[in-house]
Amino acid sequence: MPTWPEKRSVLGRRVRRADGPLKVTGAAKYTSDVQPAGCLYGMILRSKWPAARVTEIDLSEAARSPGIKAAILVRDGERRVRYYGEELAAVAGTTKQACLDALRKIAVRAQRLPFVVKETDGIKPDAPRVWEEAPNLSKPQVTERGQVEQAFAEADVVVEGTYSTQIEIHHCLESHGNAAVWNGDELTVWSSTQGVFSVREGLAGNLGVDQSKVRVISEFMGGGFGSKFGPGVEGAIVARLAKEANAPVKLMLSRFEESLAVGNRPSSIQKVRLGATRAGKLVAYELDSYGTAGVGSGAATEGGGGGAEFPAPYIYAIPNTRVQHRGVALNAGAARAFRAPGHPQASFGIESILDELAVKLGLDPVELRLLNDPSEIRQREYRLGRDRFGWREKYRSPGSSPGPVKVGVGCAGATWGGGGGGTRAQAQINPDGSVEIRCGTQDLGTGTRTVMAMVAAEVFGLPPEAIRARLGDTAYPPSGGSGGSTTAASVSPAVYDACEKALTELKQRTGLEDVRGENWKPACRKLGLEPLVVSGQWQKGLSSSGVGGVQFAEVEVDIETGLVRVRKITCVQDCGLIVSRLTCESQVNGGIIMGIGYALYEDRVMDAGTGVVLNPNLETYKLPGIADIPEIDVVLVDMPERGVIGIGEPVTIPTASAIANAVANALGVRISSLPITPDKVLAALGQVKEVTA
Amino acid sequence: MKQSTSPPGDPLSVSRRSFLKNLGTTAAAGAVSAAEGIAQESARAGAEAVQGPDAVPITLRVNGETRPLTLEPRVTLLDALRDHAGLTGAKEVCDRGTCGACTVLLDGEPVYACMMLAIQAQGREITTVEGLARNGNLTALQEAFVDKDASMCGYCTPGFVMSLTALLRRNPHPTPADIHHACAGNLCRCGTQPRIVQAALQASGVEVLSRTEVISYAHLA
Repeated sequence: MPTWPEKRSVLGRRVRRADGPLKVTGAAKYTSDVQPAGCLYGMILRSKWPAARVTEIDLSEAARSPGIKAAILVRDGERRVRYYGEELAAVAGTTKQACLDALRKIAVRAQRLPFVVKETDGIKPDAPRVWEEAPNLSKPQVTERGQVEQAFAEADVVVEGTYSTQIEIHHCLESHGNAAVWNGDELTVWSSTQGVFSVREGLAGNLGVDQSKVRVISEFMGGGFGSKFGPGVEGAIVARLAKEANAPVKLMLSRFEESLAVGNRPSSIQKVRLGATRAGKLVAYELDSYGTAGVGSGAATEGGGGGAEFPAPYIYAIPNTRVQHRGVALNAGAARAFRAPGHPQASFGIESILDELAVKLGLDPVELRLLNDPSEIRQREYRLGRDRFGWREKYRSPGSSPGPVKVGVGCAGATWGGGGGGTRAQAQINPDGSVEIRCGTQDLGTGTRTVMAMVAAEVFGLPPEAIRARLGDTAYPPSGGSGGSTTAASVSPAVYDACEKALTELKQRTGLEDVRGENWKPACRKLGLEPLVVSGQWQKGLSSSGVGGVQFAEVEVDIETGLVRVRKITCVQDCGLIVSRLTCESQVNGGIIMGIGYALYEDRVMDAGTGVVLNPNLETYKLPGIADIPEIDVVLVDMPERGVIGIGEPVTIPTASAIANAVANALGVRISSLPITPDKVLAALGQVKEVTA
Repeated sequence: MKQSTSPPGDPLSVSRRSFLKNLGTTAAAGAVSAAEGIAQESARAGAEAVQGPDAVPITLRVNGETRPLTLEPRVTLLDALRDHAGLTGAKEVCDRGTCGACTVLLDGEPVYACMMLAIQAQGREITTVEGLARNGNLTALQEAFVDKDASMCGYCTPGFVMSLTALLRRNPHPTPADIHHACAGNLCRCGTQPRIVQAALQASGVEVLSRTEVISYAHLA
């Protein structure tokens, strides 16, 4: 089994992002920037009804509209639409303005149907059915271990609570979209995607063409967070428009469309019961949870959450547990994978009730976790983080902070996989000594290019900037989608393998023993006219999976305005062998900041009366702004012997839980639904009998 | 009352904004004459040739170059830059003046290019992110962005770079609060904000060290 070199000169260093200069100068070309010669613009007409039977769509006037080169139906014949924003028809035209005009000329005949968009309405037996053939609420998925009722009966203390999490929208800054160019029966698609190969597979299947005839390119992409694996309906549409118009077509969704139809994090409404001994040892746990994945829940997901389920009781070992998950279908856009699917919801429920238990038992929340968390890694992280954060000095009994701006602290832990596999890479060594590394992966902004260059640089004894890393193209050796925090752990071993083999072959072909570093160029010159091209693949031993992380939050809450401000987050996180330290740190910051958004600001709001999304834009769907960012203190726990493990997802999981616990600690009253907005804070304070001010 | 300075026969020089501004001036001039003034102004504006709806020739000054373009008057400056002038550095994210990804400089001032029409930007000096680096040499701010890893996916980066370029030109030694204020109209989804602040400080000559630490697992008690 291969291993990483004991002594590393490049890996683990802070190396400038390989494509940094392209990004700061505007030279990086994203899918939205691609403009093939003669390229048309595509746009989609969407349902303005949350539920309807569409009987006729007349495209004739739109097709005759000035500048319009193609107009198509998404689906032929009579059909149902099940959410506000579902795709109906599409046009391609010479300008965006021409497309906007044409969309207004499409006549749709439809019969409105009853709809339901709120979880609490959707579970009612007489609620309108989203999927005709099945009730909205799925059959429960139940797992039971031990003797739950007996354990609760014997527990010294039992706490109960209901915790809910909202629908979060990905809002990648580059919207979903593609540019499609047909050349005969071959299709080239620029795609803003997390998986060039999964987009190719999806498109080929959808269009009924061989995968070998579809090429997908994603050199730069503006964020995915789980929502950009497949081509989507919009991907199939743009390929059809390009065929119909016999011209290249680019179709990027608007921010409005991003809010309706391309994924979200499912909600959860979690009824939790927790039993423990007087000393704080957890003995019994019960969860009854339901949530919605929009139209993604329902008929297709009988007996489960349909994407709304999550691991429970998450990271804690409790001998007696009963867990029940259900999904409720609603007339709203379907959920998709979202950075650590299920985990932030799981974390919020269990970490919230753990702190309730700590209050009831008069225990320090960190001590309670040390008593019940079976992970040795997190045990050590909690101890380190507690000192670094100053927990002992900062923690005081709930609600005892003086004055109108209350300060509180909270903590939470998390786990994630992040292992690798299924990736090939190619190293090309040119006679002039230049090096190209090719891999059909993609860089979501996580730093994959930099990781590839650093691994090759380590093997060849070269500076990372001497390596040209090429990715984001199905013409390169295949790799998987960038999801599950698997990219670094998949790509690094494959590049390492290719480079190690290339090094061996270079030595053989040149007859030289030492070709690394300063010997590199002279050795490469001996290749003559023929570059060296060597393939490698992911190997066991260079990566592993399973990480633990803990976070501490310090917040201040203004009890007059209800506004919560996060002062500080301390994060202690392991990720195996650190490959690219600078981009790794950035990902940790990013996960935490996304967690702050989940904790305090983000929420897709549906209108029960009209069935529409009320905040389909970025001024009413709130993201954290630059002034909302607290001091972030990060400790990366280095475990090189474990190989490479991904870090993108685990770092976003515990942030919201830690913040919610800190808010509860500050106020002495818990806001048990995310996001913790000022109105909820003020409402919760209304229940407090005495407020010191 | 401010008189229109547009030469006769140059219908493009009265932008909607200056028209409205003039209306405001007129109204403020006095309540009695206000209605009369508005009527006069409206009559004058109405006498100008109506623009569009078809494409019209316009000229933009972008990054020191003159760009003759033909586009419909309803085309935004952002679409003109991206779709007509081939300058795709400014990005469309929200298309309604929220996120700042389309920020460009107009006579040195940061503006949302999605919030104004291209025809309004005529006669102004437009700077996009492509116009900052000279002969391949990044500006100090751009270098600092790369050093501090202030971009991840990079889609918001051009907007932040433009907002901060404008800040540093008018205030070479900003405080973190100044930086927050300058970037209050820019959004990032990847979470680069801490490092954007660091980059801006570095570009102003303040060295900021990352506090992030790597600690070996074996050294954790």
